[in-house]
Amino acid sequence: MPTKSERDSITGKETTGHEWDGIKELDTPLPKWWLYVFYATIVWSLAYFALYPSWPTLSTHFSGLMGWSSRADVAAALKAQQEVRAPYVSRIRAASLEEIRADSDLLNFAIAGGRITFAENCAPCHGAGGAGGKGFPNLADDDWLWGGDLASLYHTISFGVRNANPDSRVSAMPRFGADGVLTAAQIADVAEYVLSLSGSTAASAAVERGAPLFAENCAGCHGEKGEGNTEVGAPRLSDKIWLYGGDKASIVQTITNSRNGTMPAWSERLDDATIKMLTVYVHALGGGK
Amino acid sequence: MPLDMTQGTSGADAPSAGVRSANAPLYADRIKVYPKAVKGTFRRIKWAILAICLGLYYVVPWIRWDRGPGAPDQAVLIDMPGRRAYFFAIEIWPQEVYFLTGLLILAAVALFLVTSLLGRVWCGYACPQTVWTDLFMLVERLIEGDRNARMRLDQQPLSWAKAAKKTAKHAAWLVIAAATGGAWVFYFADAPTALKDIFTGQASVTIYFFVGLFTATTYLLAGWAREQVCTYMCPWPRIQAAMFDENTLIVTYRKWRGEPRGKHKAGQSWDGRGDCIDCQQCVAVCPVGIDIRNGPQMECIGCGLCIDACNAVMDKVGRPRNLIAFATLAGEQARVSGTPSKYRLIRPRTVLYGTLLVLVAATMGAALWLRSTVELSVQRDRAPLFVTLSDGAIRNGYTLKILNKTRADRDYALSVSGVPSAKISVVGAETATGDKLVLSAKADTVATYRVYVTAPAGVLKTESVPLVFALQAHGAREQAQYQSIFMGPAK
Repeated sequence: MPTKSERDSITGKETTGHEWDGIKELDTPLPKWWLYVFYATIVWSLAYFALYPSWPTLSTHFSGLMGWSSRADVAAALKAQQEVRAPYVSRIRAASLEEIRADSDLLNFAIAGGRITFAENCAPCHGAGGAGGKGFPNLADDDWLWGGDLASLYHTISFGVRNANPDSRVSAMPRFGADGVLTAAQIADVAEYVLSLSGSTAASAAVERGAPLFAENCAGCHGEKGEGNTEVGAPRLSDKIWLYGGDKASIVQTITNSRNGTMPAWSERLDDATIKMLTVYVHALGGGK
Repeated sequence: MPLDMTQGTSGADAPSAGVRSANAPLYADRIKVYPKAVKGTFRRIKWAILAICLGLYYVVPWIRWDRGPGAPDQAVLIDMPGRRAYFFAIEIWPQEVYFLTGLLILAAVALFLVTSLLGRVWCGYACPQTVWTDLFMLVERLIEGDRNARMRLDQQPLSWAKAAKKTAKHAAWLVIAAATGGAWVFYFADAPTALKDIFTGQASVTIYFFVGLFTATTYLLAGWAREQVCTYMCPWPRIQAAMFDENTLIVTYRKWRGEPRGKHKAGQSWDGRGDCIDCQQCVAVCPVGIDIRNGPQMECIGCGLCIDACNAVMDKVGRPRNLIAFATLAGEQARVSGTPSKYRLIRPRTVLYGTLLVLVAATMGAALWLRSTVELSVQRDRAPLFVTLSDGAIRNGYTLKILNKTRADRDYALSVSGVPSAKISVVGAETATGDKLVLSAKADTVATYRVYVTAPAGVLKTESVPLVFALQAHGAREQAQYQSIFMGPAK
């Protein structure tokens, strides 16, 4: 609150009456140009008000003389982006997977598009970058259930695994324990044998007991030496990669109850060009054959 | 309001306490300054600096500098879309913007040093606001005449002659302003092309916008606002008080010599009076419209034109020069007390600024000298952190960016160290090539490679080990390194 305005003895100017610790504020009038700048900002705001959406009405709003809207801006930007992409997308639609891989332009476009599609559709199960998780295959390694070449990947992504699509990948591992095919002791022996296939230490007596059981029950799909079979999605058992865990308890659990993971048929949701881009992207994650 | 609000009212013209006097203006009209032409040493220096500054500004974009095919041949160019800045033999990439920072620091410290030595000479001589204002005043003087003619013209009612003069002046100003804006954009685009494009309507909206912006600001600031920019808008005059001390040279009216002032007729004695004959010439030539005889003032830009004006008068009346002079507070006090002292160039303040200046300049010079023409940056994949392969080997993925800052395509040998028996392979050429790999980068580009590093099963002793990528240019000594890490399963 101003207390006392007076004339400053040095400058001869009036003070505002504000005083802080003996320092008094001179009441210097603002220069006129400052006022003109203020008027200019008012003119600017009026012009802005007239040109752009500015005032609400009961049901809508005054949309400005230029008819500008941020929604139309986004739509135009999207349309422009689609126009830029269109030639690439049509080329990808026409090209074979091998041709896409061979053309660096198409390959870059496909990997960029595939990355986005993967993040939106596949990453919830397979993880960012195809890192995978228990029960969801890692797509960056060199081990494939249904084949890691371009054609196999394209088929798997298009039609999925163990779903209602007529072209879906289908196979089923029996529930050896739950359905009473093998006893618990036999399952333990088979598990020991399976561990020995990949060089993991295992009890030798149990391994010997498990070998004939494996040959009789498992080798049909998984192969004599557990080398796996991508025709029926039977995992290779002789490597270090385990989808459901490579310790004995996990293996016993797998033999007892079976696993039979599923995956949707993406051709029902994504167009062909997108699936091609996804295929090329997954193939380039590091494990493509 | 407090009841005692009327206390302190002591006279008819004194305002009531807490209430503005009724006729106190809220806004002050500008008191227009009509600086008179002046001749002298400082005016000559000011003209010379003006010519150098404007000459450099308008001419530099037109200097050509051959950098070979495919590269711009403009000596000084900031290529925004191309992400390069060129300064004669120096080429700067965006990530080296610290060179610009260094240059600005250098300029700031130099300004501090000069200000602590010579006061506001930057303001008076070299600041763009001063330089263009001076140029605009010159044009004004040529068209409308000197101080008195201009004052008369402004008081005349509008006539054809007055309108013609005013139109000619503003037209000339606008031409200069447009040339100024034009020259500005030439620093950001190839000058000959941009000039042609501007006149044929081919130039980009950006170019027209900036030409327009700089035309408008030059015209308004140098033509209309002038000293108001220095007095009201610019923060630098407020800051530089911190660089002043009693040994800083500032434009000083020697009160002890000039007072008591008064008119003087030829033949009169100079005894018992000061040298100031109150001719008002120092006020008439002042570009900011102050009376230097009132002592150091906030508005003074230290141009020294009042010194020239006063010296001419002193010569005429036969008194010694330098009644107004660049002088220091300490020096003046010493003179008054009869013990003239020398100007102290070396003071803690100037030594500090000088040392800083040398240090920054040396650092900048060394950085430029040692600037590498190859840089490597490595980004490690985080998803997945690592991949276990079927034989138990661990693979990590990396994205490498190789910056080839030369004007030739180059091959580089990439090697890794830190993980025993590690193999590296580049995605695209999917063959493991041992622990060395040859990667190429085209001239003046950034090459991006996806690189896999695979460690055989069992060599990792801990979850994470340091991994160093080393890049060696073929047939050149340049090399670059980047330290990343290699990760495996938790131990």
